Parts: sequence; C-alpha cells; structure tokens
Amino acid sequence: MEKHRPKTEYSRRERFTRWCVGEYDPSAERLETRAPADEAARLELQRLQEYAANADRGIHHELYELGLRRRVGLFTRFYRVAAVLFALFLAGVLLLTVSYLPRFGDVSAPENNEVARRYIEKGLEETGAVNIVAGMILDYRAFDTFGESCVLFVAACCVLFLLRVDGQEDPRSQALEDMSDRFFEPRHDAILQMSARLLVPVITVFGIYVVLNGHLSPGGGFSGGAIIGSGLILYLTAFGFARTGRFMTEKLVKILTVSALSFYCAAKSYSFYTGANHLSSFITPGTPGAILSAGLIVYLNICVGIVVACTIYSFYVMFRKGGF
Amino acid sequence: MTLVQNFPFFSIILSMAAAIVSFVLRGRGSRCVHLAMVTAVLAMSAATLGCTAATGESYTFMMGHYPAPWGNEIRVGPLESAMALCFSLLMLLSVLGGLAHIERDIPPSKVNLFYIQLDLMLSSLLALIYTNDLFTAYVFIEICTIAACGLIMARRIGRVYVSAVRYMVMSLVGSGLFLIGLSLLYAITGHLLMSPAKQALAALVGQKSSAVPLTVIFVLLTVSLGIKSGLYPFHTWIPDAYGYTTPAAAAVLSSLVCKGYILLLVKLMVRVLPAASPAAGRITDVLFVLGVTGMIWGSVDAIRERDVRRMTAYSSVAQIGYIYMGLGLGTQWGMVAAMFHVISHGAMKALLFICTAGLTEVSGGRGDRMALRGAGYRHRIAGIGFAIGSMSMIGIPLLTGFVSKYTFAAAATGAAPRRMVAAWIALAVSTTLNAVYFMRTVLVLYTSVEPSQRRAKDYRPSRIENAATIGLILLNIALGVASPPVLETLSRGLAVFG
Amino acid sequence: MGASILTNYEEIGAVLLFVIGLVNLLLQPNLVKKIIGLDIMDSAVYLFLAAKGYIAGRAAPIYTGGVTDASLYINPIPAGLVLTGIVVSVSVSALMMALTICLYRQYHTLNLDEIMMLLRRQEAEQLQHLAAEERPGDLP
Repeated sequence: MEKHRPKTEYSRRERFTRWCVGEYDPSAERLETRAPADEAARLELQRLQEYAANADRGIHHELYELGLRRRVGLFTRFYRVAAVLFALFLAGVLLLTVSYLPRFGDVSAPENNEVARRYIEKGLEETGAVNIVAGMILDYRAFDTFGESCVLFVAACCVLFLLRVDGQEDPRSQALEDMSDRFFEPRHDAILQMSARLLVPVITVFGIYVVLNGHLSPGGGFSGGAIIGSGLILYLTAFGFARTGRFMTEKLVKILTVSALSFYCAAKSYSFYTGANHLSSFITPGTPGAILSAGLIVYLNICVGIVVACTIYSFYVMFRKGGF
Repeated sequence: MTLVQNFPFFSIILSMAAAIVSFVLRGRGSRCVHLAMVTAVLAMSAATLGCTAATGESYTFMMGHYPAPWGNEIRVGPLESAMALCFSLLMLLSVLGGLAHIERDIPPSKVNLFYIQLDLMLSSLLALIYTNDLFTAYVFIEICTIAACGLIMARRIGRVYVSAVRYMVMSLVGSGLFLIGLSLLYAITGHLLMSPAKQALAALVGQKSSAVPLTVIFVLLTVSLGIKSGLYPFHTWIPDAYGYTTPAAAAVLSSLVCKGYILLLVKLMVRVLPAASPAAGRITDVLFVLGVTGMIWGSVDAIRERDVRRMTAYSSVAQIGYIYMGLGLGTQWGMVAAMFHVISHGAMKALLFICTAGLTEVSGGRGDRMALRGAGYRHRIAGIGFAIGSMSMIGIPLLTGFVSKYTFAAAATGAAPRRMVAAWIALAVSTTLNAVYFMRTVLVLYTSVEPSQRRAKDYRPSRIENAATIGLILLNIALGVASPPVLETLSRGLAVFG
Repeated sequence: MGASILTNYEEIGAVLLFVIGLVNLLLQPNLVKKIIGLDIMDSAVYLFLAAKGYIAGRAAPIYTGGVTDASLYINPIPAGLVLTGIVVSVSVSALMMALTICLYRQYHTLNLDEIMMLLRRQEAEQLQHLAAEERPGDLP
C-alpha cells in the first residue's frame, strides 16, 4: 500500500478535472513536439529584438503627444465615416444593379450567347481538350492566361526584391531572421516527419496527375502546381532547410521558372503569329481523350505547373527566411 | 497582313520575353536587355505609326486562330501607335536619365529584378494601349499595379514600404471595383471584347431595365480607373509614391503609369459606352467636376509642400486633373486636348523628375528650399532642364505645356457655356498657381550664393544623364513647336478609335 | 428596384461579401486583416462570376461520352475568368504579405495607424528643423 503516490495518478477523474482547468498535461514529457528551446538562442533572440525595438524608442515615446493624437484621431474618424458611408452606398447601388440582372440559372441570360455555344460545340474539334475550360483559357483566350502567368512572375520578382537577403546587406536583420526561424519553427518533430514521409510522395504524384490531366478532367497547371508546391512546403517544414537545400536551390528554381516561361512565351507567340497571319500551324488537336492530345495545352499546363510550384515554394521560403 | 502590322504584337511579346530572360541575368545584362528592348519597341512603334498614319485606318490583330467574339484580339490605329511611340520614348529617356541613380540606389544583386519590373511595366502599358478585350485589360492592369509597386519600393529606405502599402490598398480597391464592374458588364452583355460589347449595349440603351445597371457599371469602371490614375479625391498615395523612390522610377510612374489607365478609360468611353446612353453624360459631368477640383487643389497642395520632389508629385495631381477636365468637356476636341496633354505631361514630368534628382544630388540629398539655393549653378544642365520644364508647366509659348493649355482653352469653346466658363476659370487659376510654385523654385535654384557653394562637391553628372536631360528638353521644345502634325494625328486617330 | 431581387440569392450574397471585404480593406488598421479583407473581396467576385455561369439543370463543362451538345453544359467562360482571377489574387496577396513582413520588421507593429503616426511625428520634426533653418536671421 502506497500512501504517497504522486497527485496526478490518483484517479482518472481527478486527472480529468485537473486537465480541464489546465493544471495537468498528459502529453508533457512524453511527446516532444519541438526541440527544447535552446536557452542561449532564446536569450540572444530576445536581446536582438530588444535592440531592434530600442532603436526607435525615443520617437515611440514622444508619439503619444496629445496634439498629434487629436489631429490624427480626427482624420481617422473622418476617414472611417466616409468609408462606411461609401460602402453603404456601394452596397445599395450594387444590390439595385443585381435586381435588374437576369434570374439566377436562366438559360436566356445574355452571357449564354454564341460565344459560349461555340466554345462548347466546337471546342473538342478545334482544341482537342475534353475539359472545355482548359481549352478555352489555353487556346481561345490564351493571351489572358499568358498575362496571368506574368502576374505571378512579377509578384514573385517583387517578393524577391523585398525579402531576399543577399549576403552583404544588413547583417543584423539576417541574424534576427536566422534566430527567429530556429526558435519558432519545430525541429525533429516525429509526427510531422512521419506524416511528411508518407504524404509528400502521394501529394507530389497527385499534383503531377492533376497537371497532366488538366485537359481531360478538372484541374490543370495552376491547381496541380499549387499542390506540388504545398507538398514541397510540407517537406521543408518537416525536415528543414538543410534537406530541401540539396535539391531546391535558388539556381534550380530560377532555371525551371525561366525555361518554363520561355517555352510558354515561344509556343504562344508561334500560335498567335500563325493565327493572325492565317498561316498553317503544325499544332493539331490529336485524339481527344489521350494524354498527349489537345495540341500544346498539355505542355502549357506542365509549364504553368512548374512556374506555380516554384513560385509558391519561393514565396514560402522568402517569407520564412529570405533565402533558399 | 504585312510585317509592319505584326509589330504591336511583337513589341508586347518582346517586352515580356525580355522580362523573363532578365530573371537569370545579372544587373548589367538585364540593363542591356532592357535598353535594347525599349529601343526595339520604339523603332517598331514608329514604323507602326508611319504605317497607320499613312492609311488613317485602324485594324484588328487576332491573338490566336479564332476571330472576333471568340478569341483575344488587339486593335491598332494611329492614336494607339502614337501613344506606344511616346511611352517607349519616355521610358527610354527616363531610364537613361536615372541610370546612375539606379546603380546607386539598388543593391547590385537585385538590379535585374528592378529591370524586370520596368520590362513588364512597358509590356502592360503596351497591352493596355492596344488591347480590345476587357478581361485582358484587367490582367494587364494587375501587372501594371504590381510592377508599379515594385518601382515604388525601388529604394529600400524607411518610408517606401508605407507608401507602397498605401498605394497597394488604394489600387486594390480600384482593381476590385474594376473586376466587379467588368463582371456586371459581362452579365448584361455576354461579351468581353469591346466592339461586340458595344453592339450589345447599343441594343440595350432604349430599355428601361438596363438604364440602372449601365450607369452603375460605367461609374464603377470610371471610379476604379480614376483611383488608379490618381484622380483628385483618390490622389493621397501619389506624393509618397513618387516622392521617395529612385528618380527613374518616379519619372516612369508619373509620366506613364497613370496614363495607361487614362487611355483605358478613354477606350471604355469611346469603344464600349454607346454615345446615346444617359450614362455617358453623367460620367463626363463627374469627370469634369473632379478634374477641375484636382487642377486647383493639386496646385494648392503643391504650394504648401516644401520638398521639391513631393511638390513635383503634387503637381502631377493637378496635371491629371487637366486631363480629366479635357475628357469631361465631352467633345471631340476636349478628348484630343486630353490625349495631347497625356503626351506633353509625360515629357514635362519626366524632365522635371530627372532634373530634380540631379539638383537634390548636388544639395546633399535634400530637396527643401534652403538646401536647393544655388543648385542651378552646381548642376547646370539639371538647372536649365528644371527651368524649361517649369516654364513648360506654366505654359510659356514654344513649349509643349503652352500648346496643351491652348488646346484645352480652345476645346472648351465647343462645350456647353457653363462648362466653358468653368474650364477657362480653372485654367487661369491653375496656371497662376503653377507659376507661383514653379517660379519660386526656379528663383531658389538661381539665388546668388557664395562662390564656394557654386561648385558641386565630389559629384560629376554622368554623360548619359546629361544626354537624356537634353533629349527631354528637346522633346518639350519639339512638341511645342511642331504641335500641329501631332494634334492632327491624334484627332485622326481618335476618329477611328471607336 | 428590378424584379430579380428575390431570386438572385447568389449574386446578392456575392455583392454583400464584396462590400464587407472592401470595408475591411479600407478600415482595418491591422495589415493582416486588410489582406483578409482583400481576399474576401476577390472571392466575392469569383462567387458572382460562378453564379453567372450557372444554368439550371446542366452539367459542368467537361465533355462526357464525347457529346458536344451546347444544351448539356453550363457556360465555361466565367469558370475560365475565375481561374485567371484566382492566380491574380494569389499574387497580390503574396505581395501584400511580403510588404507586411517588411513593415513589421521596421516598425514592430502591424497597425498601419500607429505607423502613420510615427511617420507624421518624424515629418513634423523635420519641418521644425527646416523652419528653424529658414528663419531670416540665420541667413548669411
């Protein structure tokens, strides 16, 4: 008979009530979700953060000067009232407009005209794509879609411009980044690593499937690329930069993006040029339903997939650390 | 289809390809690619202008194998190619003028990213000029917005992030309104191409049920483009955005970016909105009132500003007001005057921003009146350039600004009497205010200072910078002296624009 | 007020969401909430477009069994526009996030109002400095 058992082991009920009020944690000391915080690293991080905050302390202090507050407060209040009024007005106007639109699901609505009809009736014959939407955006309205890839590209360039840390500039912020990355991100998390090991191959294969079947079934370059990109992000979160750095280097990402976009640009220029000048083009729709059919659509989907996967991965990498 | 008729398409694709290739190049390589690309676009636009001005007709170019209501297309006429020519010329001169500053302001490892933004900026502007499809316009508006944000952040010092965020918030509100307006327009017409949409709208004009949606849609589209181009009550992002970035970017932003949106608005007004609809009259009313207010308040704000860079930015607000006032007159000549002012304001503003950069550079990097005293002696060419730009802004004869103001005043005679008087008064007041703040600055530049302060310390303006400044001065004089053929081309272009 | 106000639930929902997103984008001082507002606004437009593409009783625009009859499928155009639009809004959100990160690093707050106050304060100091310099007594 033991009289001095530790309190936590008294009874299940006792433990449950203690768990409810947050005094007891069954997973404590059994499950390591992150490496024990390196005390030295934590202190260093705190010191750096304080240093960074102190730099503006003098101004922060004076910020609370009354006059300034009042002026800014007045302006803010005016701005708020104006914005709310504007929004209410806009809501009213838009509701009024909606009330004049054709009924929801109406066949005779103006947008179900000869344009949509041709996309559906001739789409298979002219583009070879079973997925009408893929045929439309990558063949009939391909210029828009090329522009869309360029939007993604220019946004990626902007993010790189803002966040990429290049060796020589501002060592203080880089140190801070490294520190916070080490401190806030989990390391050697068994659950995460195990699930990543199981999931990442599946995710990647599924992403490739979605990209390759973009002209046959729902999906396409963008959705597939986003899936592959998120698989890469999961891998990075589980295993850290040291492992991903072996294959996803900055150079590889650059080369992949540029070659995919250049192919896209060249292919579409060829098709626009031949189309506008009424030349015959060697691109044929092929057998509908086959994986290598629908002319260039499958290759364009692959290009878009590569660009999107690389871009999404580099967005994440830039947000987290500022380098690959 | 002749080879020359392919040139607009080539110039759009070429600028995009230049951006893509620059991603793997280093700074110097991307600079060469950019300059070569802009020169090529310039040459091609000149050839297109020659071709279209000779025939006086516009033509459509299919982007792909499918004709009008099914595929994308671009449309080229004298007005479009004249704008493309002037935009590429201004971009070339602005970048050359700010070349030295680009090298100083931007870390070498990121220079190629800066040139990518410029390349894509040019491609989006060209696409906005040429496109005949509303959704293509939306996509390229977004490219233009993001690239402009990249240019605003070019100098990565303190305030630029705040100005970039303010710019982005305003511009995203604009994008959202444009997108919903576009969706509503699609819902009532069923077309995204401009010419079929106009036919569908023309059939709707008489019906009572379509009057409200039509007005709402065009107000939404106008407001969204107004926000993006810095029309008066939505101008709050302009001074910060133009005032703190690197001079080449400021020149490009103020002389080109707003103009792309304005051209799109003109395109919507002429090519999509049926003239018979009541919405047309209401929109010109709103544009006129906002334009006139902008002309005066922008100048008042500029007078109150101490920093010469921000002052120049505020004067942009006033000049955008002129353009909208011209559009708001609601006459053909008002539109021609507005189009001429698009070109002429581009030439003046690029010159002013490039010269301002040179002048602040020799004044210890400061742009206030105290520091700028005698700067005209320290940097002769920038001083002369600033003086000429200011005189042009005020409207001294033989310079381009005079022709704009004269054309506006002449165009106002064709409008309704009340509008004519309002336009004249606004022109007079705004010109006086312009004279106040620009002459004040020019006098400060040439205040006599001690001989020791008449020399720039360890600063030598580069030859390219001087050449670009002289090029811009000559452009201002050329547009002022040889304006009749330009106006003639613009009015003929506008006649076949719709 | 037109007749369709009682039937167009989807469009009404989309329009209201659009305005909610817009108000958030304009009014929230917190930058992250601004980005959320932006995303709501964009998604509302996509909801609107998707609703416009729907035709009662028809299938998704993917050929089944090789039938190419236009009376079987819904309108594919809005779907294509939504696809393009999503990519645009992803890019813009990413750019806004990057800007937010930069601002946070510099000012240690996500509140745009506070950042603006700080900047105004700095500006006022600079102005005082300039005014002191420009006083006529100091001129040589």
